[in-house]
Amino acid sequence: MTGTSPAVVSASKLGLTFQTNDGPVQALTDVDLTIGKGEFISFIGPSGCGKTTLLRVIADLEKPTSGMISVNGMSPEEAREKRAYGYVFQAAALFPWRTIERNVALPLEIIGLSKAEQAERIKRTLELVNLSGFEKKYPWQLSGGMQQRASIARALAFDADLLLMDEPFGALDEIVRDHLNKQLLELWDSTNKTICFVTHSIPEAVYLSTRIVVMSPRPGRVTDVIESTLPRKRPLHIRETPEFLAIAARVRDGLRAGHSYED
Amino acid sequence: MTWLKPSWQAVLVVLLCLIAFALGAMSKPEAAALAQPEASFDYPYLVTKGLMFGLLVIAALVSMTKLPTIVEALVLFVGAHLAAWLLITGINGFEGTALAPYFLLLAAAWLLGWRCVAVLSSLRPVANWARTALRLIIPAIFGAWILILWEAITRGAGIPFILLPPPSAIGVRIANSLPILGADVQQTIFKAVIFGYVVGSGAGFLAAIAADRVLFLRRGLLPIGNMVSALPIIGVAPIMVMWFGFGWESKAAVVIIMTFFPMLVNTVAGLTASSHMERDLMRTYASGYWQTLFKLRLPAAAPFIFNALKINSTLALIGAIVAEFFGTPVVGMGFRISTEVGRMNIDMVWAEIAVAALAGSVFYGVVALFERAVTFWHPSVRGG
Repeated sequence: MTGTSPAVVSASKLGLTFQTNDGPVQALTDVDLTIGKGEFISFIGPSGCGKTTLLRVIADLEKPTSGMISVNGMSPEEAREKRAYGYVFQAAALFPWRTIERNVALPLEIIGLSKAEQAERIKRTLELVNLSGFEKKYPWQLSGGMQQRASIARALAFDADLLLMDEPFGALDEIVRDHLNKQLLELWDSTNKTICFVTHSIPEAVYLSTRIVVMSPRPGRVTDVIESTLPRKRPLHIRETPEFLAIAARVRDGLRAGHSYED
Repeated sequence: MTWLKPSWQAVLVVLLCLIAFALGAMSKPEAAALAQPEASFDYPYLVTKGLMFGLLVIAALVSMTKLPTIVEALVLFVGAHLAAWLLITGINGFEGTALAPYFLLLAAAWLLGWRCVAVLSSLRPVANWARTALRLIIPAIFGAWILILWEAITRGAGIPFILLPPPSAIGVRIANSLPILGADVQQTIFKAVIFGYVVGSGAGFLAAIAADRVLFLRRGLLPIGNMVSALPIIGVAPIMVMWFGFGWESKAAVVIIMTFFPMLVNTVAGLTASSHMERDLMRTYASGYWQTLFKLRLPAAAPFIFNALKINSTLALIGAIVAEFFGTPVVGMGFRISTEVGRMNIDMVWAEIAVAALAGSVFYGVVALFERAVTFWHPSVRGG
């Protein structure tokens, strides 16, 4: 799959070492990864394995200390300045002084779209995440799940081909999470975006991804990359099929091989 | 006994009335009249004495029966305030002659007022207008009783005028001196305070942004700012008078110096109030410095900035008034206070203090209202 489409993200020998008061911490070592257009990639691993750091390096929120990385064939910094990606954080990070509508408009104001264009995109993306009718509400008037959906709408309104999501549903309960997972898959299927998704949930990773990158800590590294054999259209009950469970078992094996289950 | 609902205030009122009745004479002239029944002395409460006792006791007793709360509050309100009014008007012309029963009755009336506020505070009305009314009525009764006690004690005990004039005398002074007070307010508040406040706060705000933008200012100016904001800046007032002359300009200069540093320190603190995640978000949009400042950091800093504006509203008034003690043309609130104290016109001093308190409250209130409108989203304003 990666050979047939142009690489959206391509990393080789990528490493990042944080200098802390307790000495250097190797957050990432020797990461080799190529992500093709239209893929849905999950990064999974225990906390401290560098999965969020890797996403932040792609987004140019952290600078690597060794190795090479390119995003859309450019350096991450150039890609960020060209607004190549939308980023969804662990928390919704909506501005409480703006209505949902104005929050979604925030990136559009920054890139300087016309009012008409803004209105059109706000309407379209809020429909996409099922938040029509809540345009004039403030974030603190909505539930956590709706807030996170609004933040996804904000990232989509940007209309970049690459969507970086850092445990976007980590703080939500399982029922809401199932629902949003399903919506996210439908969205990915209909828009053909490339999605990089950080999670620490094995079922979530298997359900969503076309490829699963298994990572482990101390030092943060990639221990396995698993191709999903599941079809593109995935109803929720696919999670009870033997095929699904086999992939989940492989992910668990990968985590165990990386000593992720040891103290 | 299901129709009874005792309260300690009401029981104490009845007790106080009984003691006061047993003690007899309310004032020295009445005691003299009782001692010499054949001589005809004029004394206070000739007619109203029984009325006051009756009012207090009946109001206390009625309040202890099972009445609707609003009726109970009304009975207490009328009893307390009518008795207090009779007490204060009755002592007119006999200031300083009050005996123990006078103060006992005052205490009894006060207890009824207390009970009235307590009953009103326990009300939980549903309608919006009723809640608003209660929010105004309760502090109004509270404030009124400070004035009532002040008036009744200063007049009953005959406290010397230059120590503490009764509020009625201060009120009369205010009413008779409106042109002078108006000129003083014009000079001190509308010239020195407003100008100094706007320029000082504005300069502090711009300096904070400059310090945020330019690294050496942040490293150099901020520690100095923190130090200077701890200094008693009012000490520079005589120097400002030497530099800028006796007019309002020197007072405005003191206000500018006093308001500059609180705004600087608060705004700088506020500019770091946005979270890492929010700043990362702006970074992913490739947002420039000014866009991030106006769309994220300044709105997030608004609660801090309004805090400084509120602090400054009181500092500015203090600064301008005290600065006038060090030299001024023959007008201004600080000038009036310092000269009238010298001339023993204490009621005029109190009149100026009352006007300053009113002006300060209005000033603070306007800033606070503006704050509510701008930072409606902040948990401290929206309540949760």
